[in-house]
Amino acid sequence: MKNSHNAPMSGDRLPLSPDIEDTRPHLPFLSAPGILPELPRQRTDACCGIPSSILTTPPIASRNAPYRHCHQGNVPSPVGPIPRLGTRLTPRDYWGGLKVRLGMGRNRYAMPAGLYAVGRPDPRSPVLVTANYKLTVDALRKELHGHDAWILVLDTRGINVWCAAGKGTFAAKELVHRLKASRLEQVVTHRRLVLPQLSASGVAGHLVKQQSGFRVIWGPIRARDLPAFLSRPKEAPPDMRRMSFTLKERLTLVPVEISAAFRPAVWILGMAMLMALLLGMAGPAPFMTVLHTMLLGGAATVVGLISGAVLTPILLPWIPGNAFALKGGFLGLGAAFISQLAFYPAMDVETSIALTMMTIATSSFLAMNFTGATPFASPSGVEKEMRWAIPAQALVVTIGLIGWLQAVWGG
Amino acid sequence: MRNMTYLPGVSTLTLDASRCNGCRTCTLVCPHAVLVMKDGHAVIDRRDDCMECGACALNCPQQALGVTPGVGCAAYVLQTWFKGKDAACCGGSGCC
Repeated sequence: MKNSHNAPMSGDRLPLSPDIEDTRPHLPFLSAPGILPELPRQRTDACCGIPSSILTTPPIASRNAPYRHCHQGNVPSPVGPIPRLGTRLTPRDYWGGLKVRLGMGRNRYAMPAGLYAVGRPDPRSPVLVTANYKLTVDALRKELHGHDAWILVLDTRGINVWCAAGKGTFAAKELVHRLKASRLEQVVTHRRLVLPQLSASGVAGHLVKQQSGFRVIWGPIRARDLPAFLSRPKEAPPDMRRMSFTLKERLTLVPVEISAAFRPAVWILGMAMLMALLLGMAGPAPFMTVLHTMLLGGAATVVGLISGAVLTPILLPWIPGNAFALKGGFLGLGAAFISQLAFYPAMDVETSIALTMMTIATSSFLAMNFTGATPFASPSGVEKEMRWAIPAQALVVTIGLIGWLQAVWGG
Repeated sequence: MRNMTYLPGVSTLTLDASRCNGCRTCTLVCPHAVLVMKDGHAVIDRRDDCMECGACALNCPQQALGVTPGVGCAAYVLQTWFKGKDAACCGGSGCC
């Protein structure tokens, strides 16, 4: 994989040496490799995203290319044919979307960066700039049905607009680089670019103007506002510029939260169960009683998981408190109370309190982790909250675990 | 969800009014309408709604605005505590 972009593949042009600027037409679908051998150095190379070596191989040329089916012919331009994207999403797109949401094959689904078209754009058509995350590109082209526009896809390592801007991959440098590589100045006669507003934390508009001559117009936050915006593409009205966090938006995050929590939860629960089993076997209680108490502990953790990763996102605006750890703690207390009343068999007070504490700590921790998925938690706030929440959660879970293990031992 | 105020009094946002040239770019890029225009200059109107994304400061041609930008993500902050800033990686809670 490391040297794949240097290896000529059938039908590909030989790559130029790195110090020669490539001015040949940029046709991502037809010849993704060899266009510009190096990618710009990014602020964060460590993780989050794809090593550049993978991106320079053409996903579109492989047999199961995830984007080939949305390539619908080409649009002529002064720099050669530009691939046109379909604006109707197919079942295959929804299936791919589901997979990337759950973190499966996100790298494979990164769109090759470059210039694309929707509809039949001409030199006066607007240019929309976007990230190369599968769901981002799909949301954009779906909303542009019936419109004529150019789409400039940046290499954001398969990451969405907001996170790529925060990570420094959706930035003025990459934008200017991609403008030159696609020779956009020959394709359109105007000098305006529409950028998603959420990329503003990564792109300095005035630097783009300085370095490329293109003026940045801040478009709406949400792709679905684009048709209305494009009818008067001067300035997005205030409601298009305000962040939202609707029930529907929060619901789409629930599967993500669950899949993120699942693996560590299985590990931690597995370790705790093993410890409890060894302790229970050594203790005086009969095996069935040990097993019974062990399962109660497992149930308490799962209730905490549901409370923190499912109920907290859904009920977020209605749970009292500002801090997420507090919200999750409250909800965990409620969930423990209801589940013990409704589903658990009768038990002594000590065990009941221990299980409640395990539920509260799990729920509080997962709710706190949800900060990263919200569009309003500030880093200063998260850090402030964590300074008291982490020790509190650790204390509560330790007391809960000790109480539970004691119950396992004693039966 | 209308009210998106998180913890009050923590934002690192600063505004040097004397440098502002009234271009109002900051009011266009802020996703929480923290900044408004008043008498031809930007003012901080809803400080506690600021999520420190850094869009306003980055796009201020006069460098009148300042903020310590970062990721408001507990999973990320945890990693910076344990692994240090460079090795930290988001991932966890769907933050990227």
